[in-house]
Amino acid sequence: MMSNDHILNPETMPQSPEKATLEGKNKFLGLWFFLGGETVLFASLFGTYLSLKNSTAGGPTSEELFGLELVFIMTIMLLTSSLTSVYAMYHMKNNDFKKMQLWLGITGLLGIGFLAMEIYEFAHYITEYGFTFRSSAFGSAFYTLVGFHGGHVTFGILWLITLMIRNAKRGLNLYNAPKFNTFSLYWHFIDVVWVFVFTVVYLMGKVG
Amino acid sequence: MSIAATQKQGFGAVIWDYLTTVDHKKIAHLYTFGGGFFFILGGIEALIIRIQLIKPENDFVSAGFYNEVITMHGTTMIFLAAMPLLLGLMNAAVPLQIGARDVAFPFLNSLGFWLFMFGGILLNCSWFLGGAPDAGWTSYAPLSTTSPGHGVDFYVMGLQIAGAGTLIGGINFLVTIINMRAPGMTYMRMPLFTWATFVTSILILFAFPALTIGLFLLMFDRMFDSAFFDVTLGGNTIIWQHLFWIFGHPEVYILILPVFGLFSDIFSTFSKKRLFGYTAMVFATMLIAFLGFMVWAHHMFTVGLGPVANTIFSIATMAIAVPTGIKIFNWLATMWGGSITINSAMLWSLGFIPSFTVGGMTGVMVATVAADYQYHDTYFVIAHFHYVIVGGTVFGIFAGFHYWWPKMFGRILNETMGKIAFWTFFIGFHLTFFIQHFLGLMGMPRRYWVFLEDQNLDLGNFISTIGAFFMAIGVIVFFINAIYSQVKGEKAPADPWDGRTLEWSIPSPPPYYNFKQLPLTRGLDPLWVEKTEGNGKMTPAEPLGEIHMPNNSFIPFVMSLGLFIAGFGFIYQTDNNAWFIALFGGMAIALGAMIVRSVKDDLGYHISKEELEREADE
Repeated sequence: MMSNDHILNPETMPQSPEKATLEGKNKFLGLWFFLGGETVLFASLFGTYLSLKNSTAGGPTSEELFGLELVFIMTIMLLTSSLTSVYAMYHMKNNDFKKMQLWLGITGLLGIGFLAMEIYEFAHYITEYGFTFRSSAFGSAFYTLVGFHGGHVTFGILWLITLMIRNAKRGLNLYNAPKFNTFSLYWHFIDVVWVFVFTVVYLMGKVG
Repeated sequence: MSIAATQKQGFGAVIWDYLTTVDHKKIAHLYTFGGGFFFILGGIEALIIRIQLIKPENDFVSAGFYNEVITMHGTTMIFLAAMPLLLGLMNAAVPLQIGARDVAFPFLNSLGFWLFMFGGILLNCSWFLGGAPDAGWTSYAPLSTTSPGHGVDFYVMGLQIAGAGTLIGGINFLVTIINMRAPGMTYMRMPLFTWATFVTSILILFAFPALTIGLFLLMFDRMFDSAFFDVTLGGNTIIWQHLFWIFGHPEVYILILPVFGLFSDIFSTFSKKRLFGYTAMVFATMLIAFLGFMVWAHHMFTVGLGPVANTIFSIATMAIAVPTGIKIFNWLATMWGGSITINSAMLWSLGFIPSFTVGGMTGVMVATVAADYQYHDTYFVIAHFHYVIVGGTVFGIFAGFHYWWPKMFGRILNETMGKIAFWTFFIGFHLTFFIQHFLGLMGMPRRYWVFLEDQNLDLGNFISTIGAFFMAIGVIVFFINAIYSQVKGEKAPADPWDGRTLEWSIPSPPPYYNFKQLPLTRGLDPLWVEKTEGNGKMTPAEPLGEIHMPNNSFIPFVMSLGLFIAGFGFIYQTDNNAWFIALFGGMAIALGAMIVRSVKDDLGYHISKEELEREADE
C-alpha cells in the first residue's frame, strides 16, 4: 500500500507535474469543460444586462453613474494578477515552490485589491446615487452581472488561500500540482470575463 | 478491505456503503431507485390529471390543486425521473463500454447524485408546506413571480440544486469518455450509447447554465425584490422565456439522444448485425445536438418576435427532421436481413420506431409558424411532446433496463411479465395520447381545469383517461417484474444476449474494479470481433498488476445536505429573518465540506496483484 508514495514524494519532478498523472489530466480537462459551462452562464447574464441596461425607471443612467478612472485601475489590477499567476505556474514547472507561493501570494493580493475597490464602487453607487439592486431593472441586471463576477473573484481568492496554506509546509508534488494549475486556469477565466464586463458594461455604458 | 466488500454485509453496512459509494455501478443503482421513485410520483400526478378530465366539469380536485399537479407532473417527469434514469443507465453502461475501471471523477459522480436527490426532495417538500409550485413546469414570468405562497420558491431552489448535480454529471462523462478509453478504443469504435452520452453531456454542459441564470433571476425577483421581470421598474418578462428555452430545447435532446444511442446498441445486438451506417449515426447525433441549440424560439412563435425571427427558427427546426430521419432509416436497415430475436428489450425498441415517428411528424407540423398559431397551447402540443418523450425516452428507458438489468443487478428480467408490461403500456399510451391530437385540433386548451359538456370533447377525454390506466398497469407490472426477478429471477451469465460490446465480456454484475486487465479493442463491436475472428474472449492490453481505486466518501452527502438546508433558508427568509440562520448554516456546511475535501488528501488505495490472483482462483 505504499504505492501512493511516488505521487506525494516524487524523486524527480517531471516537466509538466500538473499533467503527469491521470488524475491531473482529468482535472485539467474537467476544468476546461467547466469553464465552457461558465461561458454560457456569463453569456446569459450579459444578454440579460444588454436588454435591460436602458430600463432605468427614472433612476440614474450608466453615463451618470460610471467613472472610468476607478474601473481602469481595477482592470489593470486584475490583468496584472493574471500575469503574476502565469509567473507562478512558470515556477511550478521549474519545481521552485517558494517562488510559486510568492507569485501566488501577489496574485491573491491583487485580487483582494480588486475586490475592495469593487465593494467601494458599489457602496458609492448606493450611498451617493441611491442606485440599488432593487431600484430598477437596470440596477438588478448591473449588480447581478458585476456581482456574479465579483463572487467568482471571491471564490477564487478563498480557493487560493486554502491551497497556499494547505501546502505551505509540504512543497510541490504530483498530487497538488494539478490543483494549483486548475486554480490558475480558473483565475485566467475570471480575468477574461472582466475584460468583457469592462467593455460591455463600463465602456459601452459611458460612450455607447 | 476489498475482499470483505464482496462478502455478505449487514443491512446497516449496505446503507452506509450506498451513502458513501463512489463506484459508478452503485451510483447507477442509486439513480435507478431515485429516478424510479420520482417516476411513480409523476405517474400518480398524471393519473390525477386524467381522472379530473374523465368527464366534463368534474370536481375530483380543486382548480388550485390541479395547477400544482400539472406543474409538478411536468417538472418531476423531466428533471427528477427521465434524466436521473438516463444518468443511471449511463453510469451503468458507459465506463464498461469503453473499458474503464470507473469514471474520471468518482467523487463528483456521487456528489451529482446527492445533489439531484436532495433537490428533488426539496421540491417535493412543497406538497407538505403550504402547496406545490403552480406556475406550470415552464414557470413563465410574471405568473411565476406573482404566484402567492412559497410553491414557486421550492421550484427555484429544488431545480437549482438538482441542476447543479446534472451539470457535474455531464462534465464527468465528457472527461471520462475522452481520457479513460481502454487501449484500441478509438472514438469511431465507441458503441453508439457511449457516443450519445458524450454528445448529451456536451448539451448538458452548454444548456444548463442558461437555466441556472434563469432560476437565479427568478429567485432574486421573488426573494430579494429585484426587478428583472417587474415591468413597472423596466423589467422584461420575455427574458425568462428566452433563458428557459435556451436551456429547455437542448433539454429535450438531452432526453432523447441517449435513448437513440441505446436503441442503436439494442437493434444491432438483437439483429446479430453491425449497426447500419455507424458513421452516419455518429454525425447525425452531433448534427441534432448542434441544431438543437438554435431552435429555442420555436416555443415562442406566438410571443411576437416578428416574421423574420419566426421563419428562421421554423426552418432550423424542420432541418432537425433530416438527421433524425437518417437515424430511423439506419435502424430499419440494421434489422433488414438480420437474424432478429424478439424479446422485451427489442419489443420496446420496435414500439419506439412508429411511436416516435408520429411525434416527429407532428413536430414538423408545430414547427410551421402559421399553423402553430392554431396548435399553440392546445392538446395537440401535449400529444406531440408525449409522443416524443414517452414514445421515445420512456420506451428507451424500459428497453435499456431490460437490456442492461442483467449487467446492473445480476438477474434477467422475466420475459412474460416484460411482454405484458410492454403491450399494456404500448396500447395504453396510444389510447391516451393519439386522441389528444384531435382534442387539440378541436380547440381544447392545455392546463385547463375543466371542459364544458357537449363540445365534442367528452368521448375523447374519456378514452384518454382509460388509456392512462392501461399505462399505469404496464408500469406496475414492470415494477413487480423488477422485484420478482431480483428475488426469484434467473441468474445472469456474463453475456446473456450474445452481445457485441465490452460490457458483456466481464461477469454480471462486474467486480468492483470492472476489468482485471484492461481489454484490447481491435475494432467496432470489440467482443463480436473476438467472437468471429478470435477465441471469443478479450485479449488483455496489460499484464496483471496493481489496480488503483478511489476511496468512499461521505462528503458528497454532507455537501448536498448543506445546500438542502440552505434552500429552506432562502425560501423562508422572506417571512422571518431567523431563517437566515438556516441559510448561512447550510451554506457553511456545504462550504465546510468543500474545504475538508480540499485539504484532506484522498489518493485512493491499491488492490494488490496477489489479491487479484486469489480472486481469480475462487
